[in-house]
Amino acid sequence: MEEKKEEKKPQNRVPMREQNPLVRAKNFMEVPYGYTPEEAVAEASRCLSCLKPACRSGCPVAIDIPSFIKLIREGKFIEAAWKIKEDNALPAVCGRVCPQEIQCESMCILGKKGDPVAIGNLEKFVADYERDRGEVQIPEKSKPTGRKVAIIGSGPAGLSCAADLIKSGHQVTLFEALHKPGGVLIYGIPEFRLPKAIVEKEVAYIEKMGVEVIVNAVIGKLHTIDELFNEHGYDACFIATGAGLPMFLGIPGENLNGIYSANEFLTRANLMKAYLFPEYDTPIKRGKNVAVFGGGNVAMDSARVALRLGAEKVYLIYRRSQAEMPARKAEIHHAHEEGVEFLLLTNPIRFIDDGKGNVNAVECIKMELGEPDQSGRRKPVPVKGSEFQITIDVAIPAVGTRSNPLLTQSIPDLVLNKRGYIVADEETGMTTKRGVFAGGDILTGSATVILAMGAGRKAAKAINEYLKWSHWETRTFIR
Amino acid sequence: MFTIVKKTELSDLVILFEIEAPQIAKKAKAGNFFVVKIHEQGERIPLTIADFDRERGTITAVFQKMGKTTSHLGTLKEGDSLSDVTGPLGMPSHIEQFGKVVCVGGGVGIAPVYPIARALKEAGNTVISIIGARTKDLIFWEDKMRSVSDELIIVTDDGSHGRKAVVTVPLDELIREGKDIELVYAIGPAIMMKFVCATTEKHAVKTIVSLNSIMVDATGMCGACRVEVGGETKFACVDGPEFNGHKVDFNLLMARQRMYIDEEKIAFEQYKKKTGVQ
Repeated sequence: MEEKKEEKKPQNRVPMREQNPLVRAKNFMEVPYGYTPEEAVAEASRCLSCLKPACRSGCPVAIDIPSFIKLIREGKFIEAAWKIKEDNALPAVCGRVCPQEIQCESMCILGKKGDPVAIGNLEKFVADYERDRGEVQIPEKSKPTGRKVAIIGSGPAGLSCAADLIKSGHQVTLFEALHKPGGVLIYGIPEFRLPKAIVEKEVAYIEKMGVEVIVNAVIGKLHTIDELFNEHGYDACFIATGAGLPMFLGIPGENLNGIYSANEFLTRANLMKAYLFPEYDTPIKRGKNVAVFGGGNVAMDSARVALRLGAEKVYLIYRRSQAEMPARKAEIHHAHEEGVEFLLLTNPIRFIDDGKGNVNAVECIKMELGEPDQSGRRKPVPVKGSEFQITIDVAIPAVGTRSNPLLTQSIPDLVLNKRGYIVADEETGMTTKRGVFAGGDILTGSATVILAMGAGRKAAKAINEYLKWSHWETRTFIR
Repeated sequence: MFTIVKKTELSDLVILFEIEAPQIAKKAKAGNFFVVKIHEQGERIPLTIADFDRERGTITAVFQKMGKTTSHLGTLKEGDSLSDVTGPLGMPSHIEQFGKVVCVGGGVGIAPVYPIARALKEAGNTVISIIGARTKDLIFWEDKMRSVSDELIIVTDDGSHGRKAVVTVPLDELIREGKDIELVYAIGPAIMMKFVCATTEKHAVKTIVSLNSIMVDATGMCGACRVEVGGETKFACVDGPEFNGHKVDFNLLMARQRMYIDEEKIAFEQYKKKTGVQ
C-alpha cells in the first residue's frame, strides 16, 4: 500500500463509528465498532512522524507509538501489534480504557491546531486485528532461570508483571482471589466498554506464554506470603491486589436495600453477569430511578450499566462541576449521549426509606464553588436552604475506595502508610520486606489501568535485578 | 475441581457435604467460612466451615435447601464437583479459656457452632450446648455436639424431640440459675440470634454471634454484607462474620437478608419448572 499524502495531512481525525446512543443504552454490546483497515490507514497517515515524538513520553509504558503507526500506514497491521506488545502486554485493553486525552494524545503536535492522532483507536484496531486473525505471537523466552515468582492479584498490574517476568525465564504463578482472572478488567469495567471475551483472550495469551494462573486463591488466608517463600519455594512476590474496600458516603440511611457500592453493582453486573438473570443466578436490582454519586470512570460505568438494566431515569450526582470530573472525556460524553442526567454541584445529605427497609428517595443540597482547596480545585460549599429530594429506588455511591487489609494484615513485617496502603519505592515496587514488591492501586490508591500496568512493568524489572543479584537495599523511600 | 467425597442427608432439607479442598482444610479454623459457586452461571454463596479434616484434606458444609442454589447443591451426588470453592474466609473465632460457656445452635446453625464448641472445649472451657430446631427431623449432630459438650440441651418448637421450647428458654434458666456463664456463642437464624442477645443482654453476659449476610466476593471488595455494629458499618466478610451480638442491628440484618426475596422466588420457580425438583 503506497501512501503519498506527505504534504497534505487531513486536519480532522477519522471518526469512530459507534452504536446509536439510544439503541446501545439498552444493550451490553461494545459502543464503538472499531476502525476498518482503510480507516486505520487513513488515520495513521495523519501522523507527522515527528523526529522527537512527544506522544511516547506521554505514555506511562513508553510504547513506541510512531513506529507502530508507521507500520499501520504501511498496512503491516500484525507487525504493528507486535511492536506495541514489546512494551505493553494488553493493547486491546489499553486501546479501550486508557485516558489517552491526558496521556499520549495530549502530547501530539497535531493537537495544537486540531485533533491529535487517534492513538487509542489505532492501538485498539491493531490489537483486535491481530486477535481476529488468530495470529497472536508468543514472544521468545529467555532460558529458564529456575526462579519462582508469585504474583498476588491478576488485574492489570499483575498481568503486565507476569508477562514480563515469564519472558525473562522465571517460573510465574498468578494468584487470583475471585473465580476468574483479570481483576478490575473482569469485575469492574463493563462489557460495553471492554468485552470480557477480550480480557479472557489477553489472559489466555499470558497463560500461553507459560504463566500459571490459580483462581479462588485468597492469599493472606489460603497461604501467607511467608508460606509462599518457605513452603512453596517462591523467590519473590509481587503484591498487586488493587485498591479494595469501597467507600460509602457516610450519610444516614446508606445501608438501606437498593444502595450498592459501585464495586458491588459492577461486580454483580460484570463478573457475575447479573444482567442475564435469571439465566445467571446472581440477582441485581433493576432500578426505575437510579442515582449514582461521583464523577469518575466508575461512576460513569455504573450509570451506564443502570441504564442498560432498564432504568427510566439515571441521575449522576456530583458535588463539583463537570470541569472537575476525573472521568475520561469519552465516558462523560457517552453517558450524556445515552441520556444520563447530570446533577452537578449537588451533594447528597441523607437517604429516605419506604418504611420497608428500601431506599425511596435521596435528599440533596446544592453546592457552589468556593476557594481552591488543597488539590487546587475550587472547593464546593453547600448553598443554604437549597435542599431538595429525588425519588429513587437504587443508589450507587462511586466515591472511591480504601485499602483492603485482608492481605496486608497477614504480613506483620510490611510497613503501611496511615491510609493502609503499602509503603514502597515507586520506581521499583520494593517494600520493607525482603523479596516482596508491590504496585498498582494497593500502593497509590485508585488510579488507572495503564498506571497499574506501568507499575507492574517497573516491578518486573526490579524483580529481575533482585533475582539476579539477591541484593536487597531498602533505600530512602522508607522514612 | 472440588469433589464432593461424602454426602449425607441429615434430614429432608438439611444436607451435609464433605468436599475435597486440601489447602483450605489445612488452614481452616473454627469460625471461618468459604464461598462456593456450583457452575459457570452460578452465584457465589457463603457457607460456614462446619468441620475440617486436615489429614483427609476435606472441609464439611451443612446447608438447608431454601432456594435455587441450595436446592441445586442438594441434587449433587458423591463424586460430583463444584466449579469454585474459595476459603478459608472471615476472621476465625477467638478461642481462649473463658471458664463456662454456652454454645447455642439453631437449625443449620448447629453445624457452624460445632467446631467452635469443640475448640472451646479443647481450650479447657466448660461447654454447655443448646441445640434447637422447629421439629425433630431438623435436629442433627446430636452425638457430635454431645461429644464436645459437658451438657447438651435439645429443644424443638413442637416438642417432637427434647424440650418443647425455643433456645432462649433454657438459656435464660441457665443464666438465672447463677451458673456464672462467661460467654455465649449463638449461631442460627437472625431472629434467633436477636432473641438470644436480648436474653443475655438483660444479664450482661457477653454474646458472640456469626452473621449470615448476603455476600458476593466475600473478600471485602463489594460491601454487600454490610451490617451495623455499635452504630458503625462493618463488613461481615472481613470484619466478621462474628461480632458482639449486643451491638448488632438485627433488624437491619434481617431487612438486608430479604433484599432479593422477589428475585429468589423467580429464580426458584424457574428452576423448579425446568428440573421438576420440588
